[in-house]
Amino acid sequence: MDCTENRLLTSRRNVLLGGASFAAWAYLPKFARASDGRDPRLIVVILRGALDGLSTVAPVGDPDYAGLHGTIALTSDGAHPAIALDSFFALHPAMPEFARMYRDRHAAVIHAVATPYRDRSHFDGQDVLESGYAGPGRVQSGWLNRALEALPRGARVSSGLAVGPTTPLVLRGNAPTVGWAPVALPQADDDTAMRLVDLYRHRDPALAMALSQGLQLEKAASGDDMKRKPGDAVAQMRQVARGAAKLMAADDGPRIAALAFDGWDTHANEGGPVGRLAFLLGGLDGALAEFESGLGERWRDTVVVVATEFGRTARINGTDGTDHGTGTIALLAGGAVKGGRVITDWPGLKLGYLHEGRDLKPTTDLRAVIKGVLHDQFGLSDRVLAETVFPDSAAARPMQGLVT
Amino acid sequence: MARDSQAALVALNRFGLGARGGASGDLINASSDPRGFVKAELARPSSVLLEAPGLQSTQQLGQAVFGYQDQVKQAREAAKTAAPAETPAPGEQKPAPRRNLSLNAAATEIAGQMSEAKPADNASKPETMQPGVAAPAAKPAPQPLNVIQKTFRSEALARLQRATLITCGFTERLVGFWSNHFCISASKGELARIWAGAFEREAIRPHVLGRFADMLKAVEQHPAMLFFLDNQQSLGPDSRAGQNRKRGLNENLAREIMELHTLGVGGGYTQDDVASLARIITGWTFAGRQGQLGAPGSFVFNANAHQPGAQMLLGRTYEPAGLAQGEAALADIARHPSTANFIATKFVRHFVADDPPPALIARLRDVFIKTDGDLKALATALVDSDEAWRAPLTKMRSPYDFLVASGRLLARVPEDPGVYLNSLNLLGQPLWSPAGPNGFPDTTAAWAAPEGMKLRLDIAAQIGARLGNNIDPLDLLEFAAADAASIETRRTVERAESRQQALTLLLMSPEMQRR
Repeated sequence: MDCTENRLLTSRRNVLLGGASFAAWAYLPKFARASDGRDPRLIVVILRGALDGLSTVAPVGDPDYAGLHGTIALTSDGAHPAIALDSFFALHPAMPEFARMYRDRHAAVIHAVATPYRDRSHFDGQDVLESGYAGPGRVQSGWLNRALEALPRGARVSSGLAVGPTTPLVLRGNAPTVGWAPVALPQADDDTAMRLVDLYRHRDPALAMALSQGLQLEKAASGDDMKRKPGDAVAQMRQVARGAAKLMAADDGPRIAALAFDGWDTHANEGGPVGRLAFLLGGLDGALAEFESGLGERWRDTVVVVATEFGRTARINGTDGTDHGTGTIALLAGGAVKGGRVITDWPGLKLGYLHEGRDLKPTTDLRAVIKGVLHDQFGLSDRVLAETVFPDSAAARPMQGLVT
Repeated sequence: MARDSQAALVALNRFGLGARGGASGDLINASSDPRGFVKAELARPSSVLLEAPGLQSTQQLGQAVFGYQDQVKQAREAAKTAAPAETPAPGEQKPAPRRNLSLNAAATEIAGQMSEAKPADNASKPETMQPGVAAPAAKPAPQPLNVIQKTFRSEALARLQRATLITCGFTERLVGFWSNHFCISASKGELARIWAGAFEREAIRPHVLGRFADMLKAVEQHPAMLFFLDNQQSLGPDSRAGQNRKRGLNENLAREIMELHTLGVGGGYTQDDVASLARIITGWTFAGRQGQLGAPGSFVFNANAHQPGAQMLLGRTYEPAGLAQGEAALADIARHPSTANFIATKFVRHFVADDPPPALIARLRDVFIKTDGDLKALATALVDSDEAWRAPLTKMRSPYDFLVASGRLLARVPEDPGVYLNSLNLLGQPLWSPAGPNGFPDTTAAWAAPEGMKLRLDIAAQIGARLGNNIDPLDLLEFAAADAASIETRRTVERAESRQQALTLLLMSPEMQRR
């Protein structure tokens, strides 16, 4: 039996909250590259549950898209038209802030991207995404922590900031991290509650009834069912981003942060331009805007990487949702991003081109994207990136020119 | 030997506190010999006693609380005479907010905003199971805990650690049963609060595998019970103290002894019997701060307050014999057939089903009578019965059992009781503080209520958010239920979108909620 985790949690909090402990890393020498006037920042946002990239950045110009994505496909016209990014791709209408950043060339999309993972388990997929290894089963450290460790001595980047109740795997490892989480009483989200009610319906009808009633009572007590509550997912995403941005904007604050947003596993009733996915994308969009405003002048040197463990099926399923797939998108946002582009080697959506006849085929290795960002933002060498940060990834060459 | 995971679930969940995670191998051990696994704990009577460094006796704690009350009184009087000092409001010393100053300032600023946004109700309970970390920074330094709060927390921690570490948990479940049967409430006042843990350690635990009559006597003579049910105020009307102070009987304890502790409602006693027993136990009290009758905080028999003369109780005459008069009466009540029936029914209801099988009740009642209230024999007969193994797992874990079972599965020994205490408050089972002397309810309906289920889910979600990151949910499901887990539960855990969600769903699964 151990209680290490408990102690770690406590001590991480103390580090963040105790003024004296701050000092220990506040006076580290200036970042090696500060002389060129840049003070780079990197924020990694993990979307847990496997985002439907085809519904977020829709290939409206692909003749097969509308047929496969059916009722939830985005269109360039209608009541909620998708926002054109170029002649082929259009952005989900719930993301106006990202669209603005894209127009200002401070945001980019990488499409048909995936980690090396090709199976369909969330847990293993997240392990691969966060550990940076080519396959599952490695959970001792994450690529972002190893990148921190590999920074030149004296780098002022100091600790990474883990946003949320625990450090996500991507930021776990030898390099020191600090933690912060918003204080609002967390409640079980609707998706978790729905899954539990479903389990109870099959196994324990009495508990299903009790829990359903409890959830309804709570909704009734909080007023209008349809109205967004202060504690809903969208508000929480914004609140988390606002807090993280404020900490990172501090002169002696962390330069690197990782956080995770849940709820992207859209097996049923995913929704198209409006609905559940739209709601979540609105939250993500708001969080990006909070990063921008909270970081102020630091936004100029910031890159936000948004990634997910895998994509979803190209064809919608029988419950107006999508199942676990492969290829998806990654988003880059920030003043340091050379944006205004959808970067892709588009594989097409013809049946013969789909991965296993069902998923968007990945043509870009997500590691190449992240390696490109790490190289340009922090000057990490190709060798360190290929051997230490993303072991055995030499074949995935760092993508060039992602950062201004 | 054949493995029976379903029987292992019964052994661990119905009789115990759930399987421990990590390297314990509880489920495997229980599945090869489920009955033996449960009964092994009965063979280790020392596992029932709770001794932890720093835990003090009722008498020591009584003196501590009297001393503390004296200090408070002196401080109050000193403050009254001294000129009231000006203390600046916490906000006045804050520098004007500035941007990009330092991380520390940023953290404090966020914390300030958040704590203002918090509902007032939470502000007084800083330790709800929140993963949030920022709030305390902006708050004024918390008051140091006084001796009563400190004691309550150490007692709670010792109990929680025992429950988390013990192999099966059957003896701890028995302690919980008897402690709830003979409950006091820590919310009665400072004495009850500081004594709540010691009461259980001294009056319940030593007798959980002993004789009912001994437990009954230890309970009814314990200062915590005498204080909780007001017997220290009860004076024999014809006693010297009663005559001098023109005060008389308080029937509270006598009534609850017969109604709740022994015979049960309808157990064959009358109002005359209540008054008679009340007279018989007049003078059962504890020594106060002056220590005139004995060491402050110890049980004493105050002959001055004792009603003189013989008393009729349940058709028997009890000759005047001071303390021995009441002890003789309790001994007879303990072996009354109504007591045997009442205890057997409650016991089977707790461990087997809300509608307890009558044949099993009858068997346990006979064991109780035949062994003159041997509680180890009673527990053994329960484990030996087929009904207890065959009945479906329909009982709901109480909030306490649910939290402990979760901690065991996650192999986390509590270092601080705060999270548990606050969760218990939230879920309606504040530790050692039931709403009335009848204790916490023991039926499925009480603990599977809509609001309770919703709160349970919220707490499970908080545990999931905090701990899910570092666990393999499928490994944990193996520890919890192995192949006794339903296909639906397995699928639900497997298909969760994150480890954190998977842990939440596992903790809320029927396999973890029902026993």
